[in-house]
Amino acid sequence: MRKTLIAVAFAAVLAGCNGQQAAAPQNQADASFESKLQEQLLDAKPGSVIEIPAGHYHLKRGLSLRTDGVTIRGAGMDQTVLSFKGQLVGPEGLLVNANDFTIANLTIEDTKGDALKINHGRNITIHGVRTQWTDGSKTSNGPYGIYPVKTQNTLIEDSEAIGASDSGIYVGQSTNVIVRNNKAHGNVAGIEIENTVDADVYGNTVTDNSGGILVFNMPSLLMDGHGTRVFKNHVYANNHDNFAANGSAVASVPAGSGVVVNSNPKVEIFDNDIADNQTANIIVSSFYSTNYASKTGMAAGYDPYPKGIFVYGNRLKGGGDSPSGLEFKALKTAMFGINGRFPDVVWDGYSDPKFKDKQLPPEDRICLQDVSGVLDADGPGGYKHPSTDIKPFQCTLPKLPAVVLNPEPKL
Amino acid sequence: MKLAKFVPLFALLVLAGCQHNLPPAQFHADGRPAKLADWHMVEARDGKLELNAGVVPYSLNSHLFTDYVHKLRTIWMPKGTAAKYTADGPLDYPLGTVITKTFYYPRAVDGKFDDVARTLDYSGDFAGQGLDLSSVRLIETRLLVKRKDGWTPFTYRWNDAQTEATLLRTGDVLPLTLVDAQGEREAFNYIVPDEGQCVECHEANMHSRAIQPIGPWARHMNRDYDYGHGRENQLEHLAGIGYLTGLPKLSEVPRDANWRDPGASLDARARAWLDINCAYCHNPNGVASVTGFSLGHDTPENHKLGLCKSPEAAGPATGGRLFDIVPGKPDESILMYRLASTRPGTMMPEIGRSTVDREGEALIRAWILSLKGNCDIVR
Repeated sequence: MRKTLIAVAFAAVLAGCNGQQAAAPQNQADASFESKLQEQLLDAKPGSVIEIPAGHYHLKRGLSLRTDGVTIRGAGMDQTVLSFKGQLVGPEGLLVNANDFTIANLTIEDTKGDALKINHGRNITIHGVRTQWTDGSKTSNGPYGIYPVKTQNTLIEDSEAIGASDSGIYVGQSTNVIVRNNKAHGNVAGIEIENTVDADVYGNTVTDNSGGILVFNMPSLLMDGHGTRVFKNHVYANNHDNFAANGSAVASVPAGSGVVVNSNPKVEIFDNDIADNQTANIIVSSFYSTNYASKTGMAAGYDPYPKGIFVYGNRLKGGGDSPSGLEFKALKTAMFGINGRFPDVVWDGYSDPKFKDKQLPPEDRICLQDVSGVLDADGPGGYKHPSTDIKPFQCTLPKLPAVVLNPEPKL
Repeated sequence: MKLAKFVPLFALLVLAGCQHNLPPAQFHADGRPAKLADWHMVEARDGKLELNAGVVPYSLNSHLFTDYVHKLRTIWMPKGTAAKYTADGPLDYPLGTVITKTFYYPRAVDGKFDDVARTLDYSGDFAGQGLDLSSVRLIETRLLVKRKDGWTPFTYRWNDAQTEATLLRTGDVLPLTLVDAQGEREAFNYIVPDEGQCVECHEANMHSRAIQPIGPWARHMNRDYDYGHGRENQLEHLAGIGYLTGLPKLSEVPRDANWRDPGASLDARARAWLDINCAYCHNPNGVASVTGFSLGHDTPENHKLGLCKSPEAAGPATGGRLFDIVPGKPDESILMYRLASTRPGTMMPEIGRSTVDREGEALIRAWILSLKGNCDIVR
């Protein structure tokens, strides 16, 4: 699996990333729109509302904002479009470092880097924002569409993310987050919650990505995450080729993954419709099976094992019939036959050696209910002794509390 | 005693200098003066870029790469005020301090206005107190001004006649061509930053969002400078003219290496280059703190320095490589991929250049080659 991914990603990088691109021509109207918007952002005061009227605007330079309490509002996702196709100076479309920030009703397109990045901030509301790469799903697209990182009290709703070469909606190192009623398609990862504490992900429609909804912990960052609830989402047919560059976390995700938990503790997955994800509808795994785990690179204290994972009450259908990666393909054929399929849940089999031959503390177990079965893939044993014994997973866990945004976002 | 020694020197400097009746340098406590000349710090006069009285030029041990541009740095403080020495971070500058940096290129031998020389030789640029305008192409002068509510950035763009520079808040793109001594040409876009971008690099702390100077710290300024009447340590010079108090013995002042000094160790040169080119973002409180990847002079040599560390959010900018730095293997290190790129979104630093720093890249390559260890995957 890894070799194929490396080859694909490498070819794509070669094709996509060389040299500078010539700037698309920018007409006078666009140029004066751009400087006016820049000045509005520079001169904004707490309470300022920057209205961007309907129109398709071409920008050459990434925008930035660092004043608290500012609202940026377009006339609608289809009406107000900021296109960065000819971007010369970047890399983001809009970079925000501010508290009490709201952005609504517009589209950010074709940025060289991330479309909308919010780096450090409290009380962030993103409503009705589309981020898109219009030339299809390509490795040379920017990595993230909607990307709050190191934020607190963050809402992303009624938005749409298309074509990101990493994650469409990516929440990193944040606390108290709601991601609801969004659409994500044509990305490598639809929605990714990474190193984040307390997130509710619900009501989203996630399809045609390589992986649907990801809940990850990566090592050696500012904080580790825990406590994510994934519920009432539609996660189906996330079978897009994985077009991420190798080295990025999502490059390790096999195409055809529905909901993936990697190394992140306290995750609850319930009441979702998850279907037709051809590697598996649900994957629970460790950083060790990403093939990125180097002793030198992992901070002491990083826990690479998913603990306290509770799956119940989902409507699961199809999937698991055509897994990506040689190991998974061989495993599927060996265990379930040419025409067979993986059960609903695939676990890579890595568990904390601290508890070897001992009972895992009850709160650290992986508990699976209402699933067609589980495959313990025996990753640590080189996939040699897989098992489908559901018994170790027959348990229940206390439910996680709902995320409450405080203060409540106002639009 | 120290003061007594330097006062005559300063007097000599003023006499020998060329402040031909410039109005006194001026601090503007608020507003956005439209012309660089409103400050009376550096001005084009009689075919020369001149420094006003009390405007002191300085240089850095290692400097930020900006498309091979040359930089004339100056500092000025209001009468009777002085910076306090600090061992780490910018010196503690008084209210009203004005730091300027004029970006210019020596002209290429063909003399065409948009052809500029690719040279790392700065020695002939600035004799005494003036920059000969017939031999340079002036681009922009950036100011950092210490006001009541903190440092404020301004960018002034020079006109083609090189007679005056006008405030520009929203940036510009200048197509230029670098020409080296062998006549090799490289066309590129020189990017004049917009005000938002000034902050992207100068915002040292994401929590306070305070901005600060990157260069004029003790460790970067602790070196000699040719003031036109002989060389002198810059910090001692500042202390001598009353611009700096609390300077300890020089032996106790930290000093970063000059990244091009063949007498310094490879490690010291590489770490100094990384510090000045990367650490304004890649530090534990900076813009890039979310990456968990720091490149300061004091970052320990482990995963915090990117050794075998997975990238946080590089996306396609990994170039297909697994780790920020793989000891001994520059071609497997994401850092090298990004230093060698000029594509926005891939290149590092993210802004501030359109060409590759070939000499810096070679230095970092040699340094990674010298690092011991491996990134073997554990399962």
